[in-house]
Amino acid sequence: MPPLARRNLFHDKIRLAVTLTGIVFAVVLIVVELGLFIGFTVTTSSLVDNSGADLWVTSKHVPYVELGVPFSERKLYQVRAVPGVAQAEKFIARWTQWKRADGRKESVQIVGFNPDTRIGGPWNLVAGSVQDLRTPDTVIVDEIYKSKLGVSRVGEVFEVNDHRARIAGFTRGIRAFTTSPYVFTTFKRAQDYTRVPAGQTIFVLVKTVPGANLEQVRRDILERVKDVDVFTTPEFSRMTRFYWMFTTGAGVAVLLAALLGLIVGFVVVAQTIYATTVDHLREFGTLKAMGAPNRYVYKVIIEQAALSAFLGYLLGMTASIFVVRASQHGGAAIVLPWPMAIGMFFLTLGMCVAAALVSINKVTHLDPAMVFKG
Amino acid sequence: MEPAIAARGVTKTYAEGSKGVPALRGVDLDVYPGELVLLMGPSGSGKTTLLSILGCILAATSGSVRIAAQEVTALTEKELPRIRLEQIGFVFQGFNLFPTLTAGENVELMLDLKGIRGSSAKQRARELLEQVGLGDKYDSFPSDLSGGQKQRVAIARALAGEPRIILADEPTAALDSQTGRNVLELLRRLAHEHNRAVVIVTHDPRMLELADRIVRIEDGIVVTGPALSNQQSAFSQTSFGRSFA
Repeated sequence: MPPLARRNLFHDKIRLAVTLTGIVFAVVLIVVELGLFIGFTVTTSSLVDNSGADLWVTSKHVPYVELGVPFSERKLYQVRAVPGVAQAEKFIARWTQWKRADGRKESVQIVGFNPDTRIGGPWNLVAGSVQDLRTPDTVIVDEIYKSKLGVSRVGEVFEVNDHRARIAGFTRGIRAFTTSPYVFTTFKRAQDYTRVPAGQTIFVLVKTVPGANLEQVRRDILERVKDVDVFTTPEFSRMTRFYWMFTTGAGVAVLLAALLGLIVGFVVVAQTIYATTVDHLREFGTLKAMGAPNRYVYKVIIEQAALSAFLGYLLGMTASIFVVRASQHGGAAIVLPWPMAIGMFFLTLGMCVAAALVSINKVTHLDPAMVFKG
Repeated sequence: MEPAIAARGVTKTYAEGSKGVPALRGVDLDVYPGELVLLMGPSGSGKTTLLSILGCILAATSGSVRIAAQEVTALTEKELPRIRLEQIGFVFQGFNLFPTLTAGENVELMLDLKGIRGSSAKQRARELLEQVGLGDKYDSFPSDLSGGQKQRVAIARALAGEPRIILADEPTAALDSQTGRNVLELLRRLAHEHNRAVVIVTHDPRMLELADRIVRIEDGIVVTGPALSNQQSAFSQTSFGRSFA
C-alpha cells in the first residue's frame, strides 16, 4: 500500500505537532499518576513487604500496620511453641515525636525489631549496619529524610520523645507513605520511644520452618493463642495498601488524575485526527469512488492514528523517564515498572485508535458522489 | 455487440423538503466498447447525476442499469465498490490526485486496491505513466506537475484498474485548450485502441469533433444522441495520432 497514512500525517507538520503534544501530555500524565499510585502503594506496605516474616500476629481487628494495638509479650512464647514456627520476634511500629537540633518537632514512625534476627529490620543500608544498633540509644534513618529530621551525619544526637537518639546509619529509598519517616531501632529502645509498656508488644513476626504449611501454622497459632489475628505477609500488605489507597481516598484521587489524563489525551487526539480526516475528506471520497471498500479507508485512518500513537508514546515515555528519575530524589517515588511501560504502549495505541473511530464514523457516511461536486 | 453500459428508463429524484426534485426523468442510453460518448447539456440538466448513476456511485430512483451485462441497480452499497473497482475508471474535473503521493504512488494506489503490490505494482505504474507520456514523472508530486500532466496521471490511475468503462467528469475544464484537446485525444485513443467505453461529461464545444457520439440531455431527458461516425475518420488525422503513436 502506498504510504498514504504516513504522508498525510507528516504533510501538515503543525497539526502533527499538536497531535503529538496531546499524546505526549496524556502519556506523561498517565505515567506520572499511575507511577505515583504504584509508588504510593508500594510505599504504604514496604515495612510489611520487606519484613522477612511469613506471618504477622496482631491484636484482634488491627486494620493496617500503623494501627497496631499492644498485647502481652507472653503470647510471643505461646507462638514460639507452635509447630512449624522457626522464629518469632517482637515488633513495634508506632508514631512518636522527633526533636531536631533547632528544637522543631517532627512526627516519625519508630520501627523496633530484634537486630540479632533482623526480622522487620531496615534494608538498603548505605551507612552503618544493623549491628551498630546494639550500641545504646542508636537509630537508623533514611537519607531522603535527612533534611526533614535535621540530620547530616552518623553520630549526631537528637531526642525522640524525651529519649536520646544517636544516628548509627542511613538507608536509601525507604520512604514512608505518611509524612512520618521510619526510624529503625531495637525493640527495647522502641518501647521507650513509643511508651509501649514493658512486657507488651505491638506485633509478633513469625518465620516458619522451610516447607511448613503456612495455613496450618496460622490455624495452630489461632488455636493456641487467644485474642489475636494472624495474617500472612501478603495479606497484611494488601490490608495496609487497601487502607491507605482506598479508605483514605488518596489512591482514588491519583487514579482519577490518571483517568483525566486519558480523557484529555483522547479528546486532543480525537480532535486532531478528526480535523486531519476532514482535511482529506475529498481524498477519501475519491478512494471510495475508485472502488475502495470502507475497510480500506478505515485502514488508512487507523494507520495514521497508530503512527501518531507510536511517535507520541516514544516522546511521552522519554519525558516520563526523566520525570521518574527526578522523582527518585524526592519524597514521593514515581515507579515505572516495565509491564506498565508496555501496558502504556497499548493504552496509547488504544486511545489513538479509539479517537480515530470518531473520524471513521465520518468517513463511513461519506458519499463518494461528492467527487463530482466541483 | 453487448453494450458496456445499458441504461433503461433511469430516473432520479432528489428529496428537497417535503417534495422531490426530479433530476432524471427516464433516460435510455447504451454505450459500446470502443466508443467515446460526450454527454452534453446545460448546467442542472442531469449530466453529472447520470454519470454518477452509470458509475455505480449514486443509486437510481427507478429504471435499470447494466454494467458489463450485470444489473447493478439491485446491488447493495457494499457490493457496488467491487463493480466500480473491476469495471469503471474515473477521471475527475479537479484531477483528485492524492497530493502527498507521487505520480507513481497515485497509480500504485489503484493497483493496491486491485491487489497488485510490490515491485510488480511499481513496474505496472511506470508502464501506465509511460503510456500517458509521463514516464519521467514517476517520482514527481502533483504540485510539481502541470494541469495537463495531472490529468494524465489521473487517467493512468484510472487505467490501472483495467476498467472496461472510463467515466470522465469535465476532464478538460481546468485545462487550456491545447492541453484539454491532448487529454481528450488520449481518452479517445483508449476507447478506440483499447476497446474501452468512454463517457465524458463536458461543456466544451471544441471537443465535439473528437466524439464518436454526442448525447444531449436537458431537464433530465436525453434529447438527442446521433452517431458521429464521420468524425471517427477525422481522429486519425489529429496531432494525437502522431504524438502518441
